[in-house]
Amino acid sequence: MSTTTAKKYILSRRLDDYFTGVNSALKFTGLFFKEVFKRPFHLREVINQSFEIGLKSLPLISLTGFIVGIVFTKQSRPSLEDFGATSWLPSLIGIAIVKALGPLVTALICAGKVGSGIGAELGSMKVTEQIDAMEVSAINPYKYLVVTRVLATTITIPVLALYCSFVALYGSYLNVHAEETSSLISFYQSAFKTISFLDIFTSVTKSIVFGFTIGIVGTYKGFNATQGTRGVGRAANQAVVLAMFLIFIEEVLIVQVANWFRFF
Amino acid sequence: MKELHNIIHKEETVISITGLHKSFGDLHVLKGVDFNLFKGENVAVLGKSGTGKSVLIKIIVGLLKRDEGEVIVLGQHVDQLVGKELDALRLRIGFSFQNSALYDSMNVHQNLAFPLTMNIKTMSKAEVDYAVDEVLDSVGLANKSKQMPSDLSGGQRKRIGIARTLILKPEIMLYDEPTSGLDPITSAEIIDLINEVQQKYNTSSVIITHDLTCAKNTANRIAMLHKGRFLKIGTFDEVFGTENEQVQGFFNYNFIQ
Repeated sequence: MSTTTAKKYILSRRLDDYFTGVNSALKFTGLFFKEVFKRPFHLREVINQSFEIGLKSLPLISLTGFIVGIVFTKQSRPSLEDFGATSWLPSLIGIAIVKALGPLVTALICAGKVGSGIGAELGSMKVTEQIDAMEVSAINPYKYLVVTRVLATTITIPVLALYCSFVALYGSYLNVHAEETSSLISFYQSAFKTISFLDIFTSVTKSIVFGFTIGIVGTYKGFNATQGTRGVGRAANQAVVLAMFLIFIEEVLIVQVANWFRFF
Repeated sequence: MKELHNIIHKEETVISITGLHKSFGDLHVLKGVDFNLFKGENVAVLGKSGTGKSVLIKIIVGLLKRDEGEVIVLGQHVDQLVGKELDALRLRIGFSFQNSALYDSMNVHQNLAFPLTMNIKTMSKAEVDYAVDEVLDSVGLANKSKQMPSDLSGGQRKRIGIARTLILKPEIMLYDEPTSGLDPITSAEIIDLINEVQQKYNTSSVIITHDLTCAKNTANRIAMLHKGRFLKIGTFDEVFGTENEQVQGFFNYNFIQ
């Protein structure tokens, strides 16, 4: 048996817990930048994780990208037809998909699929003491589990986002082709005509930030899972919800910053 | 069950703990624990659930930080060690977890090879394979190397968990509830294994348990933890020969072989 004494809170229990949580998440993120440049680099594990994330997400990304391309084209066509501007369709679709939808759709799908997977995997390892087992074997679990997974999501998600954009554009092309015969090459040329280097750069930067967010949130929630199997479920759930929330905030911020650059 | 025949070097203390305190928020778990483990000795720490037995060995291996007191393991203050120094100490300590803590995503061979390949980069694949086969043979599971942890029984998982710590040839073994959740026959096998490990690897061990059969058959001394303090430390007969109400209460609820 143990004794208890009443604990005093600085603000209130909820606020104290909130700020403690924010502080711990920031420290967790800061530790990534400290550890990522240190040896050992566990490159094989980074490659394994990238392969797992990429390969497992590919079917879903393909299907979603394809559907997004078709649906967005179908929805946009009537409005452009009103102005007799259907020839602008490839450019409009190109801008929408490459600049916004490709990275965002990929990030949201990966937040659901990859983020929850990482949260659940690490959460399960935490509650079954596998992470402690690594630590007592003189293996740095942060380095082996967190850094490798965050690197994998940061590398893989931009690649998946580019792939998603191409698949979405292909879906869009099929819809355009069904209405008015055009070649695939001329469709892609028209789609990319209005896209600048800054647009591509912003899109890739966004995907890198989204990938990092999904990795760090998933690993943070998993690494801090408590209370057995219930905690594992909660870690997976929170990893998805928080990652999606942060992705939308980051989307707004990055678009705003990119628009400032456009004026220079 | 095989008897324990170990040589204790009382002149050499491998773990020395004085005035150890540990709290979790409002919960004061350890309240001034004093404890010594001599080289070659096995000590069983007994006590009810929630008395801080596991906390004690987690502090010894540096998984938890102490609030107050002094913890010296193999001549080093654990709380003053960080990074590579702490890792170097941990390589000399084996920790067998209550639920074995085997890596789910790896098979038995990979579980055992993992600490080796991560810590000793110079070992060839053949050397790693040989070490894994040798330690698997030591725990009597030479034919299980390709199986996944989920395919093993509770007793086999415990054995593999112990094998994973032995592969690094530790000087101190910390067993967290080695017989919990096992049937009496498998428990007896694990007890034999603990004694065999002591004989073969000449380890000093702390065995956290609430199983008196395990404590009686594996330990040279018993330490009875109650309400964050040791009530009594001594041989089995010394501890359970006292008329202390708490000790007798604990004794009467257990089946002794």
